[in-house]
Amino acid sequence: MDIPFTVQPRQDTGLYNAKVGIWLFLASEVMLFGALFSSYILLRVGSIEGYWPHGWLNIPVGTANTLVLITSSITTVMAWASCKMNQFGKFKFYHACTILLAMTFVGIKSYEYHDKFTHYSIHLTNGKIADGHIVSKSKDFNLVNKTGEIEIHGHEVDLAGKEGDALQNELKKIYDLRSPEGRNVQHTELKYEAAQIDSMKTYGPWQNTYTAIYFTLTGLHALHVIGGALVIGFLWGPGSKMWKTDPERFTNRVEISGLFWHFVDLVWIFLFPVLYLL
Amino acid sequence: MSHQPASVPAATTTGAAGHHDEHFSHHVRRYLFVFYALLFGTVVTVLASYIPFGHRAVNIGVALAIACGKAFLVAGYFMHLISERKMIYGILAFTAFFFAGLMALTLWAYGDFPWHTVTH
Repeated sequence: MDIPFTVQPRQDTGLYNAKVGIWLFLASEVMLFGALFSSYILLRVGSIEGYWPHGWLNIPVGTANTLVLITSSITTVMAWASCKMNQFGKFKFYHACTILLAMTFVGIKSYEYHDKFTHYSIHLTNGKIADGHIVSKSKDFNLVNKTGEIEIHGHEVDLAGKEGDALQNELKKIYDLRSPEGRNVQHTELKYEAAQIDSMKTYGPWQNTYTAIYFTLTGLHALHVIGGALVIGFLWGPGSKMWKTDPERFTNRVEISGLFWHFVDLVWIFLFPVLYLL
Repeated sequence: MSHQPASVPAATTTGAAGHHDEHFSHHVRRYLFVFYALLFGTVVTVLASYIPFGHRAVNIGVALAIACGKAFLVAGYFMHLISERKMIYGILAFTAFFFAGLMALTLWAYGDFPWHTVTH
């Protein structure tokens, strides 16, 4: 059975059906990300002064990833324009670039995630907090049995007994890494026995509400990047056979996948400043 | 291996292939301009975040204003929204209404928000 209006526009809408479909889908996506953005706003305005993180993410790395995604957007639209101009070879080239850029984006994001999962916040029994990236952990390290030791590359802060400006300045060494206090912290190798440690956790989603919303938003976005790359990969590979039999329908498929890809880029345009810069 | 299709997109079969390609070359130039503008906007966003405007709210406003400008370029030109059919505008009008409602409900809930949620 032929699917109607895959190429010819319907008289009532003036559009081929897939285009209406993708825009309805994108409308639902706006609400999905919108709900998470509103959650971000509520979490941020409700946080205790000094505890909302700034500068926890690597700005040059995030900027590079933004440029990668923007570049993938232009290669996507050029791939579609190449189909329109009947230049299949150029389509293949541009979408090969799109797929490589998508993989680069996910690779860089994975590097950033790895950085967070090797970054520890350690609450010591003496009331101080040690913060830094893990260097080594003895094989017998066990926090429950209090055996073994752990070494990190980081620094300590002491919040005990502090309040007012003194507390805020000490907090900045952990929470505001773009402030002078946060930037000037000296990192050294620090070694602790398990007996000295009260509790410890990585900077994964469980660390605090910032990392929770950060991983939720960027994780959902990364899933969209992977999903979009799979569709574009299909159109670049086995799906491109349609160019020989029904080029107009194929061009429309490229346009639809491109609209999704641009939406993914559009979401990142807001995620980047909100999570990395502000 | 040849990838010559059995039939080509409509405009190139009407005998107006040259005009069609010229039309798209114009579009391609516009896409490249938008691309450069997006790169520029990204660099400006990062640099602006290092400027102390006096209050963090101003920094947030500046960053979001630039992000809105970039979003307009992507949606308007890459997604062709500046010259789209009414049906699409209708869908987006509904989306904008419900998105605004979502944000309004968020602000409405602001007064009932459990202040000082533990963030650490």
